Amino acid sequence: MTGSNGDGLDEAIGRRRFLGYVLAAPTLVAAAELVPPAPAADAQLPSPELTELLDLNDVMTAAALPTSGLISVEVNPDGTVSFALPRVEVGQGITTSTAMLIAEELAVPLERVRVTLADARPELVFNQLTGGSNTTIATYTPIRVAAAIARLRLLAAAAAELGSAVTDLTMKAGMIIDRSGGGIDIGALAEKAASTETRRVSVELAPRGNFTVIGKAHNRIDALDAVTGRKKFTMDLDIPDAKPTMVCRPPTINGTVGSVANLAEVRSMPGVTDVVVISTGVVVRAGTFGQCVDAIRALKVAWRPGTAEGKSDESVLRELEAAELPLGLRPPAPVVEGKFTFYFRSNSALEPNCAVADVGADRAEIWSALKSPIVAQRAIAAKLGLPPGRVIVHVTEGGGSFGRKLFFDAALEAAEVSQKIGKPVKLMWHRADDSRQGRTHPMATSRVRAAYVGGTVLSYKQRHTSVSTDLGHGLGEIITAMAARLPVGDIGFSQTFFHLSQAMSYRFGASSQLLSETDRGFNTGSMRNVYSPDVTCARELIVDQLAARMGKDPYRFRHDFLRDDRSRAVLAKAAEAGDWGRPMPVGTAQGIAFHAEYKAVSAALVEIDCRPETVNRPIRDGVTGPRVTKAVFAVDVGLAVNPRGLEAQMMGCIMDGIALALTSSLHLDDGYFLEASWDNYFYTRQWNTPPELQIIIMPSTSEEPGGAGELGVAASMAAVACAYGRATGTMPTSFPINHGTLSFVPKPTVPPVPQSPVDGLNDAR
Amino acid sequence: MPEHTFRVNGEQVTVDVAGDVRLLWVLRDILGITGPKYGCGINVCKACTSHINGRAVNPCAIPVKDLQPTDEVTTIEGLPATVGEDLHPMQQAWLDHDVAQCGYCQPGQIMAAVALVRRVAVEGREITDVDLDGLRNICRCGTYFRIREAVKAGAEHM
Repeated sequence: MTGSNGDGLDEAIGRRRFLGYVLAAPTLVAAAELVPPAPAADAQLPSPELTELLDLNDVMTAAALPTSGLISVEVNPDGTVSFALPRVEVGQGITTSTAMLIAEELAVPLERVRVTLADARPELVFNQLTGGSNTTIATYTPIRVAAAIARLRLLAAAAAELGSAVTDLTMKAGMIIDRSGGGIDIGALAEKAASTETRRVSVELAPRGNFTVIGKAHNRIDALDAVTGRKKFTMDLDIPDAKPTMVCRPPTINGTVGSVANLAEVRSMPGVTDVVVISTGVVVRAGTFGQCVDAIRALKVAWRPGTAEGKSDESVLRELEAAELPLGLRPPAPVVEGKFTFYFRSNSALEPNCAVADVGADRAEIWSALKSPIVAQRAIAAKLGLPPGRVIVHVTEGGGSFGRKLFFDAALEAAEVSQKIGKPVKLMWHRADDSRQGRTHPMATSRVRAAYVGGTVLSYKQRHTSVSTDLGHGLGEIITAMAARLPVGDIGFSQTFFHLSQAMSYRFGASSQLLSETDRGFNTGSMRNVYSPDVTCARELIVDQLAARMGKDPYRFRHDFLRDDRSRAVLAKAAEAGDWGRPMPVGTAQGIAFHAEYKAVSAALVEIDCRPETVNRPIRDGVTGPRVTKAVFAVDVGLAVNPRGLEAQMMGCIMDGIALALTSSLHLDDGYFLEASWDNYFYTRQWNTPPELQIIIMPSTSEEPGGAGELGVAASMAAVACAYGRATGTMPTSFPINHGTLSFVPKPTVPPVPQSPVDGLNDAR
Repeated sequence: MPEHTFRVNGEQVTVDVAGDVRLLWVLRDILGITGPKYGCGINVCKACTSHINGRAVNPCAIPVKDLQPTDEVTTIEGLPATVGEDLHPMQQAWLDHDVAQCGYCQPGQIMAAVALVRRVAVEGREITDVDLDGLRNICRCGTYFRIREAVKAGAEHM
């Protein structure tokens, strides 16, 4: 239970108290002051593993400390409770888990909690970035503190109202009830519990043992809106006169406009209101998006070269080779070595890049699903020549992110266009644009060497070489700002990020994992789980090789070498639930893999079918290939706020891992990516989905939640790769495994977008 | 500009737009019906899946001039009314299985699922894994497994 001030017994048993505020307001508004210091931040253990001292989440949580007090919970006279979350919901379920935290501390039904997304609030500095699977880790305590303070105020107000001692009151289902059974709704207390002055308050949080909401499975609070079509995404907003707007983009990556031969002619096309040149292409605004497509296809543009002119998969591979860091002298012991190639991948969500902008002479208003709204606000203000305070940035719910929405490319373009033509715009990227000019997971290679003697692994070295990952969306700034507190010396933030996110979970003697980067000519970004899927996939394949050399079972080997009980438990659970080692027909196999990150541990077991009749099963315009027939995933995130939401995230991560291992990549050829459609870029489809799927959430007594949104990708990809290797008898070294076969006819680059078909009625089924 | 008349979610509508404008943009940009989503514009991702006269179609690939005055377009917004309830059984199954993550593809997924169940019923058989494999709708959040479970559950109540 949430206690009141001065409970000596509780102090004696060491419960932590937190400070917060009641804010001066017409109705009750309570705010949290601080989050507890992350325990790891104080640790000074002499360890070769940086991730044990401090992982990325500690950096992000620590960076958020000075400003977290501005998170506030408001109780409304209608009995609802409002909270503006300074993060963006893109499918990961944080509005639901946030509502659960508030429902827990305030004892109100979940349906009465209204979670909205906060506009860009520059005063929050680092505390409005959605990334690194950090939302729940960083906001878990401050949100609860604010809600708990509201609860104290409501109880005090109810005591006065009911003529009863606070200790005689209980809270249930949004009511405060006294011993006689008399009750009062919190809505009736919202004004009475308000404060005329801002006051500091001390509060204690409900201990885990008393939770009735947190840790129980809840369906999403936005599910009804999602299934009825009522959920509003950026493109669904009805902003007056914000007409459909698209950009005619260059045929090669980041090409620029030379000249346009027929501007006047295109301006007179049906529905078209404006055609102007901006920094990224030729913009068309029209009555419908269909008319934008027509106009884009009619434009005659002379293009200037881009930033990857003439480059191809092969030429980038050579660049990567030139940037490789040495593995050092070969040790005088048996070694297992491997070099793995990971081709470019697209982090496009299903909702393409889009934004609404309304820019006037001295002000601008932007609507977009933004994971870094403060950085976006600053960049847009700079672009428009306005003070940041004159740029209002509304954060809308996003149709997926996978890292894409860390950047605000569409918002920046929309602002530029709206200023240039003096009209509001609803700007959308075409799917082909999203695929060809959008952000990518950079192409990379990973070289691994492990030395062993007998049953001991002496050393493990991994050298990851990657096309540069653009972290210029705010995450880099967090790391730079915190650099003085990091024991990493003077290295760039990509390298720091890499160190912070890559744990060596096995007792492999002297281990080192290093990143080197090359070529800033591509539009890259953090894709779900960033470096980890590739790095872990390479490592786990080598682990299978080590196990084979030592004559050990792959599961047993991992179990023997994992560092701690928590890791071993999650691996053992996956092995047990997945019936590891069961006899399998020739051409099929199991694979198992482990990954730790975001203060969490995870293990995947998959079964794959690589038999010709499966690989070659016919699917129109789709990549079939080997099928993952079963996936079992065990996860321990510490305290799981919403187990059903966690399960959903792991399910999505498994689908990502399958795609990364088997089917999804971009092919770079002559300065552009060939993919321009979802039937070119083969993200997992129903015909690739495992018909059997089991996700196991480990029981945990932890008081703290870990991160979940990205966690499952690495182990899933690695397990699929390991299973494929065991089924075919050959360790895969190039990903996805089908990259060498182009499974579609590339669409033209001029015009840059395909025309919509006209035969849709023929397909009615 | 030519006028085009057809029915949407039980109501007769007339729009004044060029005949080659695809139905998706007529629904979204002119009529303000935003349940059907854009995901590709080339009849691949299936995010805009809706029904015409009860069969699944993709409005991004249908010029508005192809519609007849008696054609009944049903979008996700009009699905519950086809069964006279607040929610169609398939929508309820989606809620029961907490399928949606970001939710962007889900209107199209549900419309495709309803048409699949109707089709299979006409053929007088149960839904199979092959039927489910044949659903082409992209879900980039990867909710595929819960979709499969929900389709089977929804079918039982249709």
